[in-house]
Amino acid sequence: MSERDTGMDGARRDPELESARGGVPADHPEVAERGTPVVDHAPSHAGEPVVPIHGDRAEKAKPLNVLGTRQRKTDGLEKSTGRARYTDDLVLPGMLHGKILRSPHPHARIVSIDTAAAEALPGVHGVVTGAEMPVPFGIIVWTPDENALATDKARYIGDGVAAVAAVDEETANRALELIRVEYEVLEPIFDPFEAARRTDVQIHEARKEGHNGNISKIVKLDFGEVDAGLADSDVVIEGEYFFEGTTHTPIEPHCAIGQWEAGGAPGGRLTVWSSTQVPHYLHRELARVLELDAAKIRVVQPHVGGGFGGKSEPFDLEFCVAKLAIKTGRPVKILYTREEVFLAHRGRHPFHMKYRVGAAADGKLKAVDARTLLDGGAYSSFGLVTTYYSGQLLAAPYEIPAYRFDSTRVFTNKPACGPKRGHGSVQPRFAFEVTLDKLAERLGIDPIELRRRNFMGSFRRTVNELRVTSNGFMECLDAVERASGWKERRGKLGYGRGLGVAGSCYISGTNYPIYPNRMPQSAVQLQVDRSGRVAVFSGASDIGQGSTSLVAYIVCEELGVPLDYVRVLPSDTDFTPVDLGSYSSRVTFMLGNACVDAARKLKRMVQDAVGAEWGIPTNRVLLAGGRAMDGQDTGRSMSIVEAFNLAEAKHGTLGTVGSYNTPRDVHGDYRGGTIGASPAYSFTAHVAEVEVDADTGFVDVKAIWVAHDCGRALNPAIVEGQMEGSAYMGFAEALMEQHVFKDADHGRAGLHNAPSLLDYRIPTSLDTPELRSLIVESIDPEGPYGAKEAGEGPLHPSIPAIANAIFDAVGVRMDSLPFSPPRVWRALQEQAAARDEPERIAAD
Amino acid sequence: MKDLVTLTVNGDTHQVAVPTHWTLLETLRYGIQLTGSKQGCDKGDCGACTVWLDGVPTLACITPVFEAEGRQVRTVEGLVGFRSGPGVAHPLQDAFDLCGAAQCGFCTPGILMSAAALLEENAGPTRDEIKEALSGNLCRCTGYTKILDAVELAAERMRQAEVEA
Repeated sequence: MSERDTGMDGARRDPELESARGGVPADHPEVAERGTPVVDHAPSHAGEPVVPIHGDRAEKAKPLNVLGTRQRKTDGLEKSTGRARYTDDLVLPGMLHGKILRSPHPHARIVSIDTAAAEALPGVHGVVTGAEMPVPFGIIVWTPDENALATDKARYIGDGVAAVAAVDEETANRALELIRVEYEVLEPIFDPFEAARRTDVQIHEARKEGHNGNISKIVKLDFGEVDAGLADSDVVIEGEYFFEGTTHTPIEPHCAIGQWEAGGAPGGRLTVWSSTQVPHYLHRELARVLELDAAKIRVVQPHVGGGFGGKSEPFDLEFCVAKLAIKTGRPVKILYTREEVFLAHRGRHPFHMKYRVGAAADGKLKAVDARTLLDGGAYSSFGLVTTYYSGQLLAAPYEIPAYRFDSTRVFTNKPACGPKRGHGSVQPRFAFEVTLDKLAERLGIDPIELRRRNFMGSFRRTVNELRVTSNGFMECLDAVERASGWKERRGKLGYGRGLGVAGSCYISGTNYPIYPNRMPQSAVQLQVDRSGRVAVFSGASDIGQGSTSLVAYIVCEELGVPLDYVRVLPSDTDFTPVDLGSYSSRVTFMLGNACVDAARKLKRMVQDAVGAEWGIPTNRVLLAGGRAMDGQDTGRSMSIVEAFNLAEAKHGTLGTVGSYNTPRDVHGDYRGGTIGASPAYSFTAHVAEVEVDADTGFVDVKAIWVAHDCGRALNPAIVEGQMEGSAYMGFAEALMEQHVFKDADHGRAGLHNAPSLLDYRIPTSLDTPELRSLIVESIDPEGPYGAKEAGEGPLHPSIPAIANAIFDAVGVRMDSLPFSPPRVWRALQEQAAARDEPERIAAD
Repeated sequence: MKDLVTLTVNGDTHQVAVPTHWTLLETLRYGIQLTGSKQGCDKGDCGACTVWLDGVPTLACITPVFEAEGRQVRTVEGLVGFRSGPGVAHPLQDAFDLCGAAQCGFCTPGILMSAAALLEENAGPTRDEIKEALSGNLCRCTGYTKILDAVELAAERMRQAEVEA
């Protein structure tokens, strides 16, 4: 009997045998897939102690001169005066305008493309189709399932099929209308449950014989004894949750410019300017898809007008400007329309989640069992990681002794989902923190107290072997409890008004890069001029979060130069060392450590030269306030410029390189155990206060108190900005945002429902609640000066805190997003009907 | 089809040939290289393109360029020196920098034009009045908190400067 003929009736089979054979999961008949082990079982590591690999908390807690104070950003005034140049602000001589033709069908085979009429149109300089860029790519090296332009099939309404370059935008648009594409229309699938079940319609070709091409990834992991834990629980809370898809909507639409220099010394050199968050990955993928030597490609990232994860992989426009520039010999720019930004998407996956959480009567968690279906859209994107993150990142800040998750990501004929701020872990955090609230209610325990009782502690391993170092979660709970007046006010606000709490954790980057290599994850190069000016070459991508300013502050701290003596050249692959990009909240931790490394090497040279000049030990030389000083004789000092000049005379031209690499042997000892492993974890707690209008179902969030353990706030103003922006974005998802598509009853099936900033509702200044930031500093031994991330973690608790506050206000559970007036109103109606039911029966 | 348009922007008069259907925003950005005003949506939803037309905040992306002829246009570049000496940033621009009100900075030019217009009319706006004035400008980074703080700070400083003068 072949493998193909077995397994569909798997319920009768031994699960272990199923696993060994890779058959259909015995407990999961609704997913038609083979070849994935049923469950990878691993022992629980909950509560095991952790020892820091390097660094010293006491040393890192020392007072600092520049870091820790509110500073201007290096590019703040440049941005507020309109001088900052973003990609679309750049104009090159002879530049052409590009446009991309997009599929009107959600699922169709491309039979032929006729570009002759478009090419013949006056003003058109070049047309390109997928056949000219046949090499597939993917941000995750194991799942390259995209093409620069579709080669065989279009998989969503908006999939790119051809591109043109013309003298102006109008001509380019007219040329698109002249391209004739013959499609063989295929049946589309929009529903993730249907995609998992069906094998007759295949969105992608199955990777192996007998597999289901609609399945993107299945992860089943089991730690400790879950069934025993649930059986042993005094209370088990079961629930089903739905997290709606949402998208990033940075205010800057994606834009790219390609330039090709043929002949001469460059001998064929490609430059791409792009609004990307990941210049290094773009560099690699351009080389791969265009089949060019990477050394002949330069990627420059100008100022980026927001990303939030929506610009963290290559997009069709970057390949198209490059290819069209090569074909036409002219620079080519493509600027997405706002509608195209919605189609490019890569936003939050819709999650369908089932949770069973068991606890003892005192509220201590015993076991968690989670099952999740992820609606991935048309392509893999980061989906392999998303599927792991949907389970892996739930394991802190509470001690969970036994944990199982079973996550399946499927393809559907909609724009691809990917990483949005809090990648893959915002959705399960919503389900879990609402479950904790239900648990607290059932057991009659205060929800903050319940969370305290389950705190995992600092320097401990989680059930799935995440290595947690510093952990300020308890201080976060204390801070929001105090600031919100929780003890005094909760339960005393009257019907319609309520308070809710939630907590979370997040990674500060990942121990393992998304393409396997052992080189540093981040690097910085410093160079000193005789004027005292320090140049910093930084590969990191500043997308508004302030990474360019961060390296400048570190240089000021270590070398004692004033901020206006530091110039930072960021993100230009020809000149800056590699940093892997602005994603997974890795930048402060990794770039910060790299910059400290470079700055301290330089500092030692300066101390050495000045110490020799004065005849004192090196470590007595202090650099601060623009001067070099004798630490034991404040009367003896010289300007930092003189000190630099002495050092240059002694050591030669002053320049250093610093880098940071993650520990490489720190991960879970099971398949997938590298995913979720981070050098440090951040922690957050929120309290939300809401007022619910029972007549309309309108939820007015009055305030959100956000306490976040960022390790150490290197610039408190920037950290607060990240916390406020995160809380805002979570609030927006909780109440307003829906990235949804039409069905056949409401227009063309699969068409984006609302691809504009008016119809896809995001909060204005009037909608946004008061956001109160409370910084908690746990001082991480391995972070730069003790710092961890602040950009994504603070988003997570917004949504469950609001859901829990709604319950506190009016007594209805909101288990599906968003908490829009119709849904809240309906929940209130159902609550009233349920309340009236016994009375009606009694009356009968 | 191109036509000549005469625009007065930040006090300078420009004569440029533009396609007749161009908007004021396209002309500012691609005709006279004043790229401070941004295009976020190109249909009047986001406010990143906000400029002043005769002192009134206006969405340049839905204003046909010929409607701006004969009127005074002011952009974010023209806020520099407007309330301060030549080349000196407007108190709002400085306050945005000081407070960290610009993260990615893409909505900032439009927000500054809305906020500056408010402060011309109302030297001491309440926080709610500031929210109202900025409600047509979307920001995706900040949660608006630092922006509101910056406008309050700038208003206070401008009032103080009035008293001192």
